[in-house]
Amino acid sequence: MSVLPVLRRIVLLLAVPVLLVAAWWAATANSTDFFWPPLSDILGTFDDTWFHGRITSDVLPSLARLLAGYSLALLLGVGLGTAIGSARVLRALLEPSLEFFRAIPSPVLVPILMLFAGIGNGMKVLVIVSGCVWPVLLNTVEGVRALDEVLRDTARCYRMRPHSRFVHLVLRGASPQIAAGARQALSIGIILMVISEMFAASNGLGFTIIQFQRSFSVPQMWTGIILLGLIGIALSVVFQTVEARVLSWYTGLRRSQREG
Amino acid sequence: MTTTPTGAGSAGTSTALLDVRGLRKVYDGRGRGVEAVRDLTFTVGAGELVCIVGPSGAGKTTLLRCVAGLLGCTSGEVVLEGRRVTGPPPGMAVVFQEYGRSLFPWMTVRQNVERPLKEKRVPKADRRRLVREALDAVGLAEAGDAHPWQLSGGMQQRVAIARAVAYEPHILLMDEPFAAVDAQTRADLEDLVRALWKRLGVTVLFVTHDIDESVYLGQRVIVLSNSPTVVLEEVAVDLPDGRDQLTTRSAPRFAELRAHIYKLVQQAKEGHRPAGE
Amino acid sequence: MTAAVTADPAGRDRDGRRRPAVPSWALGIAGLAGLMALAELVPRAGLVRERYLPPFSDMVSALADQAGTDAFWRALLETLRGWAIGLAIAMAAGVVLGIVIGGVPPLRAALTSTIEFLRPIPSVALIPLAVLLYGTQMRSTLLLVVYASFWQVLMQVLYGVQDVDPVARETARSYRFRPLTQVRTVIWPTALPYVMTGFRLGAAVALILEITGELVIGSPGLGRQIAVAQNSNAVPSMYALVIVVGLIGMLVNAAARAVERRALRWHPSVRREVVS
Repeated sequence: MSVLPVLRRIVLLLAVPVLLVAAWWAATANSTDFFWPPLSDILGTFDDTWFHGRITSDVLPSLARLLAGYSLALLLGVGLGTAIGSARVLRALLEPSLEFFRAIPSPVLVPILMLFAGIGNGMKVLVIVSGCVWPVLLNTVEGVRALDEVLRDTARCYRMRPHSRFVHLVLRGASPQIAAGARQALSIGIILMVISEMFAASNGLGFTIIQFQRSFSVPQMWTGIILLGLIGIALSVVFQTVEARVLSWYTGLRRSQREG
Repeated sequence: MTTTPTGAGSAGTSTALLDVRGLRKVYDGRGRGVEAVRDLTFTVGAGELVCIVGPSGAGKTTLLRCVAGLLGCTSGEVVLEGRRVTGPPPGMAVVFQEYGRSLFPWMTVRQNVERPLKEKRVPKADRRRLVREALDAVGLAEAGDAHPWQLSGGMQQRVAIARAVAYEPHILLMDEPFAAVDAQTRADLEDLVRALWKRLGVTVLFVTHDIDESVYLGQRVIVLSNSPTVVLEEVAVDLPDGRDQLTTRSAPRFAELRAHIYKLVQQAKEGHRPAGE
Repeated sequence: MTAAVTADPAGRDRDGRRRPAVPSWALGIAGLAGLMALAELVPRAGLVRERYLPPFSDMVSALADQAGTDAFWRALLETLRGWAIGLAIAMAAGVVLGIVIGGVPPLRAALTSTIEFLRPIPSVALIPLAVLLYGTQMRSTLLLVVYASFWQVLMQVLYGVQDVDPVARETARSYRFRPLTQVRTVIWPTALPYVMTGFRLGAAVALILEITGELVIGSPGLGRQIAVAQNSNAVPSMYALVIVVGLIGMLVNAAARAVERRALRWHPSVRREVVS
């Protein structure tokens, strides 16, 4: 790739956000509204609010819990999903129950999990796992089930061993659906990271933002909202980068099918 | 079983590599069974190239899947190299009709060809050589790093053939491999199969619904009845070994064989079955 | 192409393996029954303390008690109302903006990547703002619901408009169709399946945020009832309400799927759902 198109892309990507920020800046420049402080004030407090200790005491613990819960959910979802997707009877047996668990909005599991796991890190990680696992699990089941019959036959004919069938056939073949599930799970995970901390916590992003709101520290609260937004964007950029790499074959395949 | 009017020279002359005896396949649904294959008996000698042809719906694919060990048979048996087939046996490679679906789209062409060799635990140096030779043989030496979906249909089927050849099978099963490619590519691929067969000495069982193709390729053509399937007739193809699209296809003997098999297939479609059925 | 395929209606797959003798819906019901039995027996056997997981029968009787109260039905209605209003606003805004942005190429060029960029801003970031602005009123939660489901709808509509055949669009333009006519005759029919997908995804997300808002902010609805039950240590009631919420979620999913299928019966495209 040459430099110019990349530059063009970046400009296109950033032009509107920059405009929006400028508009926000201009609209609130002389604002005396308590709830909508000038953007300059908000940005002025950003450094003070976050970069003097809160990064390590609140942001990193939150992200660590998210990472732990999300990875556990991926492992669990893909593992169980391949098992259920490969066994027809198991799938028929469990599908309605799984649909039910998926349909429960995961934040309502917070009060239940608090009963079991108290209000520590364990509960928060558990909440994230319990919310993230369903989209991964159900998409994996779907992906494994939809594996091409001819590909399966090919793998059998060439006597692929169970381990390499799992790695080179099942996981790779289901990876587009797994990725779709993982993408949904990521946004659910961020939501749950925040929500679990709003309930009961002594540190964390969600906890801090709610503290600001309760003490009417409005500019600080706004910095929290902005920080959360930035974290959401950053995580999604990371996810998309990984996904683009892992699924480059799939995008290429789809393109060739559309053109063909 | 009927014997062929034309055919002295079937299996008896060479040692049988593949022995299909009384193969029967009944699919059982709820309450009732559907008999797809009734009674198939034939042999394929080592180094032979045998075509199986029959009207559509004749259970050709069922037969091939039973031979490949992908499908259990209801009664009878398939014996390959003296061993009864219960699952996909070693030393066998299959080329499917659906080339687009039998290659792993997440692997490059080279990885596709190499994967079965890794499963066979072929040492790395040999693996490299086999992959290179196989891709050379099908004329895709340059395409090793491409993904299958970047290639045309004919080229994808070449990759599938290269994969089968690199595997060094004793028997190569081909299930209507060229049914989905255009006529020009098809002729090229037919010649490729003949050339590889002659060079490698591999036994080939080639299933097709195309009568011309079966005569052009085979040393022997097994004609199937309609379902429930039995062998209608075995026709020895007494054409010279060096075949090419122009002269072979315009030879009078080619036309005779073609007409004969055509008539048999027509009869099969009309439900004609061998005497004693 | 062969017997293996033609014989399919008799109830077996390509491999000729027998389908399980029990139909899959019966297995599914058995699975649910097993789940209920498990939820009954595990606490009864003392494997989990009843304070944490009450037996299933207790949950059922708590549910029956709940169903006898006005508060439950009022909360249920509040939840459904908030969900429906939020979803309707998000649908209207998403469809209109999606068609405008998607239908005007320079706008699309400038905005699609931006939208991809802004979409991952998590909806819960708005909770403190909503609370400050509207307190525990229904509007607080509505803000979250609209925000979250709007993106789902908008993205799908944008995909849909992008999918319009350029030839058809050029044709419409060369015949000098007016913009509204273009939308009606060319863009809308192509985008409709995507709009329906957006509706289904948006409906699910809207419900999640509705319940979450009620639970966290305390606006009226089933989510608040759950929080109330939690605070008063009424564990069976809490479980009963969670089950109700799950059932509503299943119903919403099923209904949205049915609407989607109904609206698309005529549509030739068989779209895969990977990109949802």
